[in-house]
Amino acid sequence: MPWTQVSCQYDGTYPGFLSCVFDCYVNREEPVEFHTPEDMCCSLYPLRAVETDEARARRVYRSFARFGQEGQRLAARCFLTCLPDKELWLWRFLRLGYEQGPRVGRNLTDPTVDRVRKAVWHLEHEAHQYKGFTRFSELEGVLVGEIEPKNQVLPLLRPHFCSRYPQERFVLYDRAHSMALFHQPGPRGWAILPVEDFQMGPAGETELAYRRLWRSFYDTIAIEGRYNPKCRMTHMPKRYWAMMTEFQKDWDTAPPEVRAE
Amino acid sequence: MELLDKLNILADAAKYDAACTSSGLDRSGRPGTIGNTTLAGCCHSFSADGRCVSLLKVLQTNFCVYDCQYCVNRRSNDVPRAAFTPEELCELTMGFYRRNYIEGLFLSSAVIQNPDYTTELMIKTLRILRETHRFGGYIHAKAIPGADPLLTRRLGLLADRLSVNIELPSSPSLALLAPDKKKEAILTPMGQIRDGISQSRQELAVYRHAPRFAPAGQSTQMIVGATPESDRHILTLTQALYDRYQLKRVFYSAYMPVSSSPLLPVPEGFQPPLLREHRLYQADWLLRYYHFRAEEILDETQPDLDPRMDPKCCWALRHLEFFPVEVNRADYEALLRVPGLGVRSAKRILTARRVGPLSFEGLKRLGVVLKRAQYFLTCSGKMMRGLQVNEDGLLRHLVSLEAPALAPPMPEQLSLFGDAV
Repeated sequence: MPWTQVSCQYDGTYPGFLSCVFDCYVNREEPVEFHTPEDMCCSLYPLRAVETDEARARRVYRSFARFGQEGQRLAARCFLTCLPDKELWLWRFLRLGYEQGPRVGRNLTDPTVDRVRKAVWHLEHEAHQYKGFTRFSELEGVLVGEIEPKNQVLPLLRPHFCSRYPQERFVLYDRAHSMALFHQPGPRGWAILPVEDFQMGPAGETELAYRRLWRSFYDTIAIEGRYNPKCRMTHMPKRYWAMMTEFQKDWDTAPPEVRAE
Repeated sequence: MELLDKLNILADAAKYDAACTSSGLDRSGRPGTIGNTTLAGCCHSFSADGRCVSLLKVLQTNFCVYDCQYCVNRRSNDVPRAAFTPEELCELTMGFYRRNYIEGLFLSSAVIQNPDYTTELMIKTLRILRETHRFGGYIHAKAIPGADPLLTRRLGLLADRLSVNIELPSSPSLALLAPDKKKEAILTPMGQIRDGISQSRQELAVYRHAPRFAPAGQSTQMIVGATPESDRHILTLTQALYDRYQLKRVFYSAYMPVSSSPLLPVPEGFQPPLLREHRLYQADWLLRYYHFRAEEILDETQPDLDPRMDPKCCWALRHLEFFPVEVNRADYEALLRVPGLGVRSAKRILTARRVGPLSFEGLKRLGVVLKRAQYFLTCSGKMMRGLQVNEDGLLRHLVSLEAPALAPPMPEQLSLFGDAV
C-alpha cells in the first residue's frame, strides 16, 4: 500500500526536520511539503504537526552512517544549503539512502542525488571561498568579521578559523542568517548562536593603518600590463566585494557611522 | 621612510614573481600558536589582473648587486630602493594574517652585498616569525643561488616551500641576459633542496618530531617570450624538472617589457605573450595530472603549441585512431585523454558507472563538457544522436568553441573627423 501523503509542519530547525523523518517512517507517511507554523498557507493534504524530539532526531542522524562516507556527508550537510525545497530533496535522498545503502553516494546520475550533490558542492565551495574572503577587524582586542553568504557556511568555517586563531577572541557574524560564531581561547571555546542585531564598532588608529597598508598592497600587486577584470570577477564574484577591506575606500578618513536604532 | 612607502616599493618589486600558492601542506593550528595551512591552499583575494593573492608577496630588499637585463630590480635600473628590517616585516605579516588578509608570507629578495648576507637576513626574519610570534601559517621563501648550502638548509627548516628561479629556459639565454647567474649556480641549490626534502621525509618516517625541511616541496619559475626558445623546448625542460628535481610546480611568467635593453624585445608595442603562457600552463597540467609526456604533446614537426586550441584537443585531433572511447569500459588514463573530460569528471565516471551504465544524459549530470567530448565518446557503443563528424568540421567546430575567449583586440571606433580633430 502506498504511503499516505501529508503536509509536514515543524519548527524549521534541523532536529525538527529529523523528527519529521522519524515520525513519517513510524506512521508510514510521505511528506509532499514542509512548512513552519509561521508560514501562512493552506494545503489540500492532511496536516501532520511534528514535535521536535532531540532523542529521535539523534537516532535519525546516527542512521546516516548507513549511507557510506559520501552519502553521510551529503545527508548531513544538505540542510545547510540554500537549495529551494531542501527539506523535500533531503527527504527523497534519505528514502533513497535507506533503500540503497552506501550505493546512494555513488549513484551520481540519479536526479535526486544529483540535486543534493550539487547543492552541497555549492555550500562547500562557498565555505571555501569565505575561508579566504572573510576579513576581520581588530576592535579592542577582539577580531570581528562579517559575511553575507547564500548558504549557512558557519558550521563549515568553524573548524578552520578555530584552528587558525587558537589564541584569539573572535566573532564572525553571518548577516544573511543572523547567526554568529564566537570563539575564545581554550578547548571547545566556541559557539554558534543566533544574534538579533549586530553592528561593528568604530575602528581604532592601528586598525585603520593596517587597512590602509592592505589596500595599498592590493593595488600595487596587480601588473598593469595584464589587467583582466573579467578573470578577477570569475574567481571573486562581486557579491563578496562589499565586505572586503580592499574595496572599501571611505573607511580611511571616517569610521563607519553607527546607524540610529 | 614610512612603512607604507616601503611596502609599496617592495611589493611593486616582487609582483613579477608568478608563484603565489599556499598549497601542498596540511598543518592544523596548535594552542599557543597562530596559524594553520591547508592542503589545497587558499586564495584571499584576486588582484585586478586576475591573479590570486594568497601570500604577502614582498622582497626583503630591492637593493641588488646583479644586473640581469630582464629584471626590474637590476643594478642599472633607476627605481626607488628600500629594505625591510626583519622586525618590521614580521609585524606587518602578523597584522595582515590576524585580519585574514593573507595565508602567509612569500619572502624573496634582491641580492644585497652577497648571497650569504641576503639569506642571513631572510633567515632572521623567518626566525622571528616562527619563534617569537609562533607563526604557523604558510611561508614560501626564495633560495638565493650562490648562498652557502648550510644557510639554504636553515632557510628550508623555517619555510614551508622553497623555490629557486630558473629565470630563462636555456643556458645561452641565461648567459646573454643574466651574466652574473650561472646555470650550475641555479641547479645546485635545486638539487640540494630535493635531497634535503627526501632526507627529511625518511627521518620523519622514523622520528615523528624530526625537523621538517621544506615540507610543501619546491617550485621554480621561468620567463617566457623574452628569448627565442620554442614551446617544445620549454615543455621538455619542465618535464625534466619534474622528473629529476621532483618539483611541485613550474611557473611561467609572460615577459613584461620592464627594460629597454637591446638584447630584449622592444618595449614599444610589445604585447606580453599571455595566450602562449596560458597554453603552456594547460600543457603543464597535462604533464602533471593527465599522464601525458612532453614528447606526445609536441614533436619536432610541431615545435609550438597551437594558439587556437588547447593542447589536449590538438593531441586528440592528431590521434583520431584512439577514439571514440567507450565511457562504460575505458580505464582512467583513457578517459583523461578525452577533450572535455577533466580529472574530476573522469573520477565521477568511475564512481557512477559502478552503479549502472552511463548515458549522455547522465554524463551531462556529472559535469562533462559534452560540447567538446561528444565527438570522442560512445555510451554503450552508441555515439551521441544526430551527430555528424568529419575531420574538417571537427577542427572548425572545436576552434569555434574557444573563439569567444580568444577575441581579437577590439577594432578601433571609426571617426568621422579622423585625426584632424
